[in-house]
Amino acid sequence: MDLSYGAEYEAFRDEVREFVAAHWSREDARNPERITAFRLKATEAGYLYRNIPRRFGGSEQPADVLRAQVIHEEFTSARAPMEIYGNGVRMLVPTLLECGAPWQQEQFIPPTVRGQVDWAQGYSEPGSGSDLASVRTRGELVGDEWIINGQKIWTSRAHECRYMFALVRTEPDAPKHQGISYLLLDLHQPGVTIRPLKQITGQSTFNEVFFDDARTPLDWIVGRRGEGWQVSRATLKHERTGIGNAETYLEQFAKLLNVARSATRNGRPAIEDPIVQDRLAEIEGYLQAHRYSTFRQLSMSLAGKDPGPVTTMNKLVVTNLGHMIAALAQELIGDASLLLPVYEPGHKVGDERWMNQFFGSLGIAIAGGTSNIQRNIIGERGLGLPRDQTGGDS
Amino acid sequence: MNFDLSAEQTALQDSVGRLLQNELDQVRLLEIFDSEDGHDARLWQALGELGVLGLMIDERHGGTGLEMLDAAVVTEMLGYHGAPGPYLGHVAASLAICWSANDAQKERWLPRLATGECLGTVALAESDAAWQPNEWRLAGPTALNGTKRNVLYPAQADVMVVGVAGGELMLVENPAETVEVTPLPSLDATRRIAHVAFRDTPAAPLSGSAERLRDALLVLLAADAFGGARRCLDMAVDYALTREQFGQVIGAFQGLKHQLANVAADIEPARALYWYAAHAFDAVPEDAQRMAALAKAHVTERFLHAARECTQAHGGIAYTWEFPLHVWLKRAVFDRMYMGSTSMHRTRVAELSGWALAG
Repeated sequence: MDLSYGAEYEAFRDEVREFVAAHWSREDARNPERITAFRLKATEAGYLYRNIPRRFGGSEQPADVLRAQVIHEEFTSARAPMEIYGNGVRMLVPTLLECGAPWQQEQFIPPTVRGQVDWAQGYSEPGSGSDLASVRTRGELVGDEWIINGQKIWTSRAHECRYMFALVRTEPDAPKHQGISYLLLDLHQPGVTIRPLKQITGQSTFNEVFFDDARTPLDWIVGRRGEGWQVSRATLKHERTGIGNAETYLEQFAKLLNVARSATRNGRPAIEDPIVQDRLAEIEGYLQAHRYSTFRQLSMSLAGKDPGPVTTMNKLVVTNLGHMIAALAQELIGDASLLLPVYEPGHKVGDERWMNQFFGSLGIAIAGGTSNIQRNIIGERGLGLPRDQTGGDS
Repeated sequence: MNFDLSAEQTALQDSVGRLLQNELDQVRLLEIFDSEDGHDARLWQALGELGVLGLMIDERHGGTGLEMLDAAVVTEMLGYHGAPGPYLGHVAASLAICWSANDAQKERWLPRLATGECLGTVALAESDAAWQPNEWRLAGPTALNGTKRNVLYPAQADVMVVGVAGGELMLVENPAETVEVTPLPSLDATRRIAHVAFRDTPAAPLSGSAERLRDALLVLLAADAFGGARRCLDMAVDYALTREQFGQVIGAFQGLKHQLANVAADIEPARALYWYAAHAFDAVPEDAQRMAALAKAHVTERFLHAARECTQAHGGIAYTWEFPLHVWLKRAVFDRMYMGSTSMHRTRVAELSGWALAG
């Protein structure tokens, strides 16, 4: 058992650290041109967009999870820009690389990677949440165009995106999963209306998107007609899992400890209170278990071994962790938890910023497959229990 | 980065699992559970022949010379199969003798402890729940007087490691002749306990660290608890796949499926926690105490929760003595309370982490 990265990777770490020191300073963070220039250099050096071919603007490096982790650690500690974070880079590009036509790859991947365009994900609908394959947004081929009618919902940052990749029912007579196509469309057109949704946080990052005879060209389809469900599954496969996953919660826990140090109970720092200590240590147990569990999963994957059912459990595990952290944080900040964090000029947000973590932990229990869907997946794929009689896709 | 068991460790774990599978079907397990002394000579001999009892004893003294991680993954299998007997105290006593006995004592005891021909145990707690070295009051220098509580299998022990004042350890050889044992009705009948009264009992000082002995026991209890929790879940899943009600197997009902999924997500990551606690015991001294306490608190708590949920998932059948799930339910209570409760170890985690110091 060896938790170090080994000499090869430590040498690589030195190389990455030198690169970042030479090309990035924290003052650059407010300068979009400097950020873009740094990303270009980092891509040329082979640190960003590692699994994207060079002809599409990537660095085309062999898959190496440990190198990716070292890059992540070094860039993060210097607060240097990583890859552009968005559905375009995260979901559409891998999908096009796997299923897209050559012209689609050439036309869409380079501007997405350069950050010139971003993509909204058009999956969920008001009537299609966990049961995603029930989407009803219609796409009808008229001449050489798809005419799209219907509605998408929970569309993150749609108002900032130029394009959308969407699941659209194009074969209404086919069985549920075989009637969907994966279409690309321009959001800047008269047939598209975007309306922001005000969330429980008071902020608006989601939207509803309405299609009223929206149009997209015949060949803006990824895969063939009726193959959209499989194409979208290929995207999910690329979602980042495993290592790095525990880091977020380690950081949250460190902040929780700071709150416990500054809050008081009976005139003493709350962190000296045995009940607070007990609850912190309970969370620490779950946290360290998950942390080493991700190390185990990573090690086994690197060795070409199957880590087993634990891979189906990671999301529920971190959801529970976030919930426990939120619950204790509220007790520690006390009456500040009665306040809504308001972000307005001239207004200072205090400890109530923890309420964002509270709402965030609740969002994680819903987004990307609710906790009950996760339990179905664990029960059916992990434990081998019978599939749900409703035919729900897990 | 290689946080995984070696091929040798996996093979060792598998071989112990196979042995226990063969030796310890559920009928046999309950027979030993219900027996007078909870110690089965044939099982003990088989464990000795496989090398399980001398894993951490050095090769010069007839053992295998392996480390805590090896012992822990083996202990997981004992937990999984609910193996009854004096294993825990025996391994701990062997370790203490390895670390701290003189050459003559080692020659005298280790080769026979490694085979299981002789039995070792540890006597630690005095007043109720006083498992920590700083709570011990018995004192030498050459003879012991007083009582140790909740000692594993003292009546059968050939050699006993005793915790004494100042966090020191002493060795009592052939205690049957010099101590008085009061058997107790052990809740977990796979681990029999008794009170031990010392009356001018001759004892020899050992040089080793009682805290390290405590940490060894905490890691082993965490490993046992992970195995036990896994077994409870496996039994509940098996039952959910065969028991039918309302015309279908009950595992198809979402209520039960989600309950078992929760248990799975609760316990599965704990495997890596006890691995790391064992690895830290072997190789990361600055992390060893804290991780032993954290793993003991977390994994044994998860075991009890899993045992309770899985008992309830079975329904009435699991409330009977005849159905063996209660063996693990009771083992979970033992793992959680022996060597100190969850809350006590969580308080220690807070201290050892230095949380109250400025961050």
